[in-house]
Amino acid sequence: MTRDVVIAGIAEAGLDKGVFAEPVSVLDIQAQCASRAVADAGLQMADVDGLLTAGLWAVPGAGTLMPLSVVEHLGIKPRFVDGTNIGGSAFDAHVAHAAMAIEKGYCDVAVITYASDQRSASGRNLAGKPPELNMQFDSPFGLLTPIGSYALAAQRHMHEYGTTSEQLAEIAVAARRWAQLNPAATKRDDLSIDDVLSSSMISDPLHKLDACLVTDGGGAVVVTTPEKLGAAARKRAVYVRGYGESVSHWTINSMPDLTTTPAAKSGPVAMQMAGVTHADLDVVQIYDSFTITVLLTLEALGFCKPGEGGAFVENGRIAPGGAFPMNTSGGGLSCSHPGMYGMFLLFEAVRQLRGDAGERQLEKATTALVNGTGGGLSSTATVVMSNR
Amino acid sequence: MTTDSATPTRPIPIVDTITARFWKAASEGRLELPRCNACDRVHYYPRAICPHCGSEDLTWEQLSGRGAIYSWTVSRRPPGAGFKALVPYVVALIDLEEGPRMLSNVRTDDLDSIAIGMAVTVDFEALAGDISLPIFRPA
Repeated sequence: MTRDVVIAGIAEAGLDKGVFAEPVSVLDIQAQCASRAVADAGLQMADVDGLLTAGLWAVPGAGTLMPLSVVEHLGIKPRFVDGTNIGGSAFDAHVAHAAMAIEKGYCDVAVITYASDQRSASGRNLAGKPPELNMQFDSPFGLLTPIGSYALAAQRHMHEYGTTSEQLAEIAVAARRWAQLNPAATKRDDLSIDDVLSSSMISDPLHKLDACLVTDGGGAVVVTTPEKLGAAARKRAVYVRGYGESVSHWTINSMPDLTTTPAAKSGPVAMQMAGVTHADLDVVQIYDSFTITVLLTLEALGFCKPGEGGAFVENGRIAPGGAFPMNTSGGGLSCSHPGMYGMFLLFEAVRQLRGDAGERQLEKATTALVNGTGGGLSSTATVVMSNR
Repeated sequence: MTTDSATPTRPIPIVDTITARFWKAASEGRLELPRCNACDRVHYYPRAICPHCGSEDLTWEQLSGRGAIYSWTVSRRPPGAGFKALVPYVVALIDLEEGPRMLSNVRTDDLDSIAIGMAVTVDFEALAGDISLPIFRPA
């Protein structure tokens, strides 16, 4: 038994200057967004029989068995639950897991949820990992988390290929120019390459403006099968055509090759399943926790050869009007980044494929690729989708 | 570095059964790691099976302590109170002569001298209790 799988509804919590516009709890943000995403799909909460979630909130405590708290708060009784947490790519992996469950008829309507109040609660503390288990070989050495792992990768890429800080800065500048077309983006003031290079060095060679924003954020995505949808929702549905995931390590010490992300594995799997080539992709949303994340992922996904990422992004190529439009919301670098960003890649891809992207709408938007990255270049999940 | 209970220090590793040998050796000024008798590879960090082939047949051995910098960064801000007195400092991935790669620090007064490929050798920094941290210095 196999069925078509679609993303039929999305809802994203509104932000004001990077914090929740409506200051309710992380569980209530997820409940509101789930309800709104289900409505966006023309469905009822009673239709929901699958729940997927991940996050960093309330551990230990209500977040320890996170799916149970979310299920309870939403008032649903799912027969399929997935709490896979592999970092920011988790929600892109959730699309794959929901798709597999729906293809097999294991559930019919799955909701993926996320929320983080890291900005308003000042709750971001990724560095406080107790020095036990594998962390006894990591925490004592004072690598900044997570930027230090990405800095080690950037340094290695510069050494092997001559990549420059200017090339990395191009990625931040392009993101800002897209954000200037997105009224919902957090950072919309002008940004130049010099601004990035003169921002403070945090972990060499990465500057403050090579790093994503720290904002609140939350949302929900409804994954289902077209047969569950009414005519209007079916017309707006986005088909999940292929997916892949790959995980290789947690601590950067165990990353086999610092210039090759797991996307080198997850990308080809997803593209082959979807039966697409690079030329078929109109919309590309790539996790941009740091500028280097984008550069490495473009190479890993095969948009350019290893080592050519720096030249690939030069001269405004990935900015509005460039030959390779990507991260059209402004991305994690300029729109929002609530700690785990993978769901927000999905939102923007769906908006583009639905023709809902306003001033930043791409002329041709039929097939999209989303690639989430989690941890310290630890995990990736790739999703290919199309609007027909 | 001297430590006393009033001064915040680096996080002190919480030692477990398998890693105890590594930390005991370090406290005595030696770098020791398990070598796999099935695939002959040394691995870091120490664990109950060889991460390269899955074998449980491991023998600990003393390493040369020599290696080369695979990549490096400088932490310009402290990731916790215990690092405030140390910034800026080098965090590096060291490729050890015997094969494994190790996240550690390279102690130097000259940050500009640090480069990928630089030869380094192990040193030990005493922390609280019986723990000494294996860090590196230019060879």
